[in-house]
Amino acid sequence: MNQDVWITGIGIVSSLGEGCEENWNAFDSGSGPVLDRETIPPFAIHPMVELDLSQQIAKRGDQRQMETWQRLGVYAAGLAIDNAGARDTGLLDRMDMIVAAGGGERDITVDNQILTEMLQTNDRAHMLIERLSNELRPTLFLAQLPNLVAGNISIVHGVRGSSRTFMGEESAGLDAIRNAHARIAAGQSDICLVGGSFNAAREDMLLLFEMGGYNWLGDEDSVWARQQDNGGLRLGSMGAFLMLESAEHARSRGKEAVAALKAVAADRETREPGSITTSLASMWQDIASHATGSLGIISGATGVADQAREELDFLERVGVPVRASASRIGHGIESQAPFNLALAALCVQHGRMFADFDTAGVEKPSSEAITDVLVTNVGHWRGEGLALVGKADI
Amino acid sequence: MKDAKGRPVIVVTGTGIVTALGEGKKDNWDALTAGRSGIHSITRFPTEGLRTTIGGTIDFLDVDPFNCSELTTEMATRAASEAVSQSGVGAKGDFPGPLFLGMPPIEMEWPMREKLLAMAGKTDSASYSDLFRASRSASDTDRVDCLFGSVGERLASTFGTKGSPISLTTACASGATAIQHAIESIRRGESGAALAVAADGSMYPETMIRFSLLSALSTQNDAPEKASRPFSKNRDGFVMAEGAAALVIESHEHAKARGAKILGVIAGGGEKSDSFHRTRSNPDGIAITGAIRNALEDAGLSPDAIDYINAHGTGTPENDKMEHYAVHTIFGERASTLPISSNKSMIGHTLTAAGAIEAVVSLLTLEHQRIPPTINHEIPDPAIELDVVPNTARDASISTVMSNSFGFGGQNASLIFSAEPV
Repeated sequence: MNQDVWITGIGIVSSLGEGCEENWNAFDSGSGPVLDRETIPPFAIHPMVELDLSQQIAKRGDQRQMETWQRLGVYAAGLAIDNAGARDTGLLDRMDMIVAAGGGERDITVDNQILTEMLQTNDRAHMLIERLSNELRPTLFLAQLPNLVAGNISIVHGVRGSSRTFMGEESAGLDAIRNAHARIAAGQSDICLVGGSFNAAREDMLLLFEMGGYNWLGDEDSVWARQQDNGGLRLGSMGAFLMLESAEHARSRGKEAVAALKAVAADRETREPGSITTSLASMWQDIASHATGSLGIISGATGVADQAREELDFLERVGVPVRASASRIGHGIESQAPFNLALAALCVQHGRMFADFDTAGVEKPSSEAITDVLVTNVGHWRGEGLALVGKADI
Repeated sequence: MKDAKGRPVIVVTGTGIVTALGEGKKDNWDALTAGRSGIHSITRFPTEGLRTTIGGTIDFLDVDPFNCSELTTEMATRAASEAVSQSGVGAKGDFPGPLFLGMPPIEMEWPMREKLLAMAGKTDSASYSDLFRASRSASDTDRVDCLFGSVGERLASTFGTKGSPISLTTACASGATAIQHAIESIRRGESGAALAVAADGSMYPETMIRFSLLSALSTQNDAPEKASRPFSKNRDGFVMAEGAAALVIESHEHAKARGAKILGVIAGGGEKSDSFHRTRSNPDGIAITGAIRNALEDAGLSPDAIDYINAHGTGTPENDKMEHYAVHTIFGERASTLPISSNKSMIGHTLTAAGAIEAVVSLLTLEHQRIPPTINHEIPDPAIELDVVPNTARDASISTVMSNSFGFGGQNASLIFSAEPV
């Protein structure tokens, strides 16, 4: 069995807007990124556009049981379900789901209080236990568990098939799509909601990337232009879910494709100089035959300079128009690949790439018609992947 | 060899296990069939002020630096080494298939924050802003130890598994989900073999407090070995524990072609998620019975074919009641006489590792034709009419075992193992 896999629904939220239309229009207008430099100095982050959460999470009680990253995920998942016309109890009951998730949010106030008390006490261990026991909200744990994004999607939207959560930074996002694609292609699943969400406005998350100096503190927005101190990533809040479905299943319910997900490949190379280029080139060789028309590329480049340079070596070989989403909406770790797949599907739907946005000369204006979009995914410390989106065979 | 649905028959050719009962199948099986508990008072860190001071910590492994990522990696490596070595598949550092890993969330733990705090050189007050400044000087190991991908990356390096390793969580069903992924991958023909591993070394004060705040843990601190009491009337919560298990899973064809000894067959697996509540099952049991039904259907078996159930059996009032309900719903009249026992009565609840640990014990049960007991079953719960194999191991003729895993967040999975292809 080898089923065609279609993207039949997209739910995206970012600093540039809510939903497909707002995001496409913003990306296509070439306007600069929205940045928040005030909330957590010295970092600039791409803040989430204001959302009316009740549009997708009707119960206030449900909203309260979640932290921001979970709300964004549940919201984006709801948009994808609506966009796919899949809000049908019977369909949701057998809908599979894979969420790519990072760590949950901490109570920063409690953490800061403990850090200060650590400097003032001789019995840190006991103080820590006492503070955590007394200060943490009992339900905070449920807002921290990675699999509770999926759990909340089940509760709020009623998705009740298999439910799995992948972890492991950028790779998790692409692997979630790869696994869903493989299961649908093989007939192991008919329809699968897949995606992730990320909240950039978090001290704990910024701290994680500040270790090793991964945060970009410079002025350049374009990921290709970040050279100083080996560049870096600027975190961006986002949520991105795709409805993947077998062509046969979509046809049977009269649903058209936004685009087809033609192939997904992932790899883990030991990061030696040149290995990213080699890895991407080798995966491209495996899947290039699925690209049938004119090609564009949406890059998942994070902004880390040496990695971007290696990716560019590959991109130049392919020699087609390139766009990097992180220059516009920031880097959303696990969510970047799902978001880029969504953008790729929108490019296929519009038949062209959106506006270039770059001061390093990598991205060039292009109004040429395109039929296929290749998405790259090079993790900031591990994992390489590619996904190919194209026009669906009706 | 194909199953009744024309798919490759899935077999297990190697298993490995690390629990508080010891390292390796022999030590674990001896303890499990002797009805011995691995639960003890926690000595790894000061427990004064914790509501629960007992658990199944793994204290016999030397891990440095000590954190969840490193301990989880070490336990997983040992379990996987045992499994790969028994299986004889591939070559050292060259496993011929993908890795599917069930594991806990990795996070920056307090000792790391303390380290950054010291590096920040503050004396009066401190906040994240101070940690930011210090963290640029953190070592690569410190950084990677805080990342979710760390365990999978290290295991993939050590064992030479192929492709991008999948690290996953479905909370307390994670181990079963990792196995389910391996089954699916082999059925799709992506590979002849897959390595399914689940490991959980996440016992530190903050994780224990989180579960305590949800009132999920037993507080029977005075007699640790008697605290885990699945299916008993006086059960008062689960006992947290650490551990790991690994399974080398192959197509029958792949295993036979290399003359491997087959330890058992994975007849099928099923999942179903619950939309009712974040920590509780829907009272109608529809999701947990759904997972079990899906597993039976995937295996092409009727409930009558199941000889024994390796229970999720956590010892929380809620879980055991719902599992009892599910067993009665599925098995009808047979429910009260069908043997069902909980390894967690001895091992404790190893959270994301439990599904894989219990899969390995299920295969040992088939191999030895002997059922490990549910210990600490002194006061039966009249509301739970099940043969829980109380307190003493039992010889039995078993050809098919069902293993259930139900997770926080409503993610439920069930696996079916058999001695021979069904």
